[in-house]
Amino acid sequence: MCTLEKQGNLYILTLTGPGEHRLNPKLIDSIQSALRLLRDQPLYPSSALITTAHGKFFCNGYDLAWGQSASSAPITQSRFQLMSLKFRSLISDLISLPMPTIAAVTGHSSTAGFMLALGHDYVLMRKDRGFIYMSELDIGCDSCLVYGDVVLTAAKLTAEMAVERRIVHSAHESAQATVEAAVGLGNELVRRKWDGRVYANNRLVVLGEVLDKIGFDETVEGQNGDSTKSKL
Amino acid sequence: MRQKQGNQMCTLEKRGNIYILTLTGSGEHRLNPTLIDSIRSALRRLHAEPTSPCSALITTAHGKFFSNGFDLAWAQSSQQRLQLMDSKLKLLASDFISLPMPTIAAVTGHASAAGMILALCHDYVLMKKDRGFLYMSEMDIRLVIPEWFMALLKCKTGDPNVRREVIMTAAKLTAEMAVVRGIVHSAHDSAEETVDAAVRLGEELVKRGWDGDVYGKNRMVLLSEVSKKIELDHDTVEEEMKTKSKL
Repeated sequence: MCTLEKQGNLYILTLTGPGEHRLNPKLIDSIQSALRLLRDQPLYPSSALITTAHGKFFCNGYDLAWGQSASSAPITQSRFQLMSLKFRSLISDLISLPMPTIAAVTGHSSTAGFMLALGHDYVLMRKDRGFIYMSELDIGCDSCLVYGDVVLTAAKLTAEMAVERRIVHSAHESAQATVEAAVGLGNELVRRKWDGRVYANNRLVVLGEVLDKIGFDETVEGQNGDSTKSKL
Repeated sequence: MRQKQGNQMCTLEKRGNIYILTLTGSGEHRLNPTLIDSIRSALRRLHAEPTSPCSALITTAHGKFFSNGFDLAWAQSSQQRLQLMDSKLKLLASDFISLPMPTIAAVTGHASAAGMILALCHDYVLMKKDRGFLYMSEMDIRLVIPEWFMALLKCKTGDPNVRREVIMTAAKLTAEMAVVRGIVHSAHDSAEETVDAAVRLGEELVKRGWDGDVYGKNRMVLLSEVSKKIELDHDTVEEEMKTKSKL
């Protein structure tokens, strides 16, 4: 469902296969497992992570089909609760990752899939194809994760619109160009020779409010570099 | 009349209706306990001045540096010394936040880390172009910024992208970059012009005939998030010290 490879000093996490890379428990577990591997890498100097995807979609949100295919309404409800909980846990892991993170958005990205991209320090996006799409769905807590207090009222944003609104760092000519730019940026960031733990802790200070809303317990996680692991 | 403060690390003078606090000497004006105490003692004198109508304060510095942050050389990695400078800086920030008059930082050289925080403690930041950066250097020197630094930055820059750039990329901002990002009020061609512009701004503000007490209190309301974080930080440090002493 995803692969993690090293390219020079950078890690590349790819959501594999031609599908929509919907966020069901299996995919989320897969991604978290990759992030766990990264946490075990040397923290200083830090590396950098690029997350990208194969095919037409970066990530099209929660696996609604899986949620709704349950045999009863209560089970459907608990499936959605599970996906939300796991997703928040994934975002916590991303936010506490001891290295800079870059989302190379090479296809459509909607609702929770867009939030996944926003969970990265930098979002680079392909401009010739693919939209950011925030549907009217009530996605609960996820709506609190909008960086920069930007409330997306447009139904669909192209990469260029997103750059204009400063939600996305930069837009590129093709999927390949997006990944190349992400690699370029990643190498720049690695050249700064930052301390990964310090990087993560500074990120936690900057995103303090987001963490409160995810239900991240900072006193348990430790702000002083004791632990950057997620509680969930 | 010029007043020497402490070990001549800063002077306080009055120019017409305006006070000018100058960090003296050609060094980096590192915020060690001595300098911080000096500045605080100058601010205490200002607190004692008549508050209505209020005056205005300009803070500036000699040489290539406004302030290059904490005196890490003096601290020599001693946790206690670092803690002491941090506590004193918090007290200094609180003094600025409650000062019963408008404050203007005329940044005529580099301002980094705690030095940038010192500039941001002022209501207005005017800065010299071409030389001198605002630089939140912590990421580059393997330090985690305290939450109250973030709270102050939040109150002074509405744009979260700017905040992230400043902290997460340890960006070196020239005066013009800082103006575009809404951190600095205006950029000027030389140190002298920066101070002159600060004096003109100060005089404009004094002409408003505000009540200094009210001004100080309104500022405290505006920056209440910062004061809260300063308090919380202070409590956390106290708790840690207590725990350490039990071991």
